[in-house]
Amino acid sequence: MNLKKMQMETTLKASASYMEFVMDFYKRMKEYDISLVYEGEITQEITLAFTSMAERNMTLIDEDGSVKKKVYHVMVECLQNICKHADMKDSHDPSISSKTGMFIVGKNVDEYFVTSGNLVTNDKIEWMKEILNKINSLDQEGIKQLFKETLKNGSISDKGGAGLGFIDIAKKTGNKLEYHFQHIDDQHSFFLLKSKVTRKI
Amino acid sequence: MEKLEITPTEETPRVVLDKDSGLFEFSGKSLPEDVNSFYGPVIKWLDLYKASPNASADVTFKMSYFNTASSKMILEIFMKLEEIHQAGGNVTINWHYEEDDEDMHEAGEEYSGMVEVPFKLSAS
Repeated sequence: MNLKKMQMETTLKASASYMEFVMDFYKRMKEYDISLVYEGEITQEITLAFTSMAERNMTLIDEDGSVKKKVYHVMVECLQNICKHADMKDSHDPSISSKTGMFIVGKNVDEYFVTSGNLVTNDKIEWMKEILNKINSLDQEGIKQLFKETLKNGSISDKGGAGLGFIDIAKKTGNKLEYHFQHIDDQHSFFLLKSKVTRKI
Repeated sequence: MEKLEITPTEETPRVVLDKDSGLFEFSGKSLPEDVNSFYGPVIKWLDLYKASPNASADVTFKMSYFNTASSKMILEIFMKLEEIHQAGGNVTINWHYEEDDEDMHEAGEEYSGMVEVPFKLSAS
């Protein structure tokens, strides 16, 4: 076998295993009925594009109006959370202001799930857990109270957030917030948040 | 006093604040990237209006959607309207929501309990 032929076979093999990966990825997406999966920079433009795409998809399947609104709402809050709060690794350059993260929208017969993932510095984990656990410990009435208090007493941060995102997701969906912090290194963890919107059957 | 008119976009509402014609209206969607830069001029306009308000003002809100950062700014607008009301401007807030939009109805109810201004909720 000449060298050229050998190289070509290696390339074909590598390409075959990549194709297998893609097919597997596709099957897994179908399994979870995932309509959107994204990893990369998240900007206001992307937020608007994703939300209008999701709205269109839900309209096509005649989704209930209030379910549509809730999914839209959760998507905006999750994407804007990443825009405003995601931390960057290996970037000490303040001129790089773009924020990256992962974003998935899927559904099953009972619910839509919106999952976002982004890097956070480890020093934030404790208070994030505190607020998430506090929200999850409350019933709907308690969440409404917490929302009102935060709305009244909070102020817009320098990042342009009102500190209401998590509370509002729990309030609008009526479901608990599922989250996970995956340790990456001494300084960073990957924060995953799964929000569920119950469908009306 | 010069009127403030902002054309709506897919991320910001239509705003009309017109002292001469007595038209005060906010309608549409609100999810701007930077709420301060969008709502800053609105708050400023209301501050100027407070110095010499009309004998009465009906302020209409017909929002179809707003994000949490906007909800804070809407409360700030209501606080300003409360100041205008207390300064003799006789403000009434008209909060419109679509009949099947429970969340927008609830938002109106929540706001109405937070400010001391006559607050009318109506489904359309």
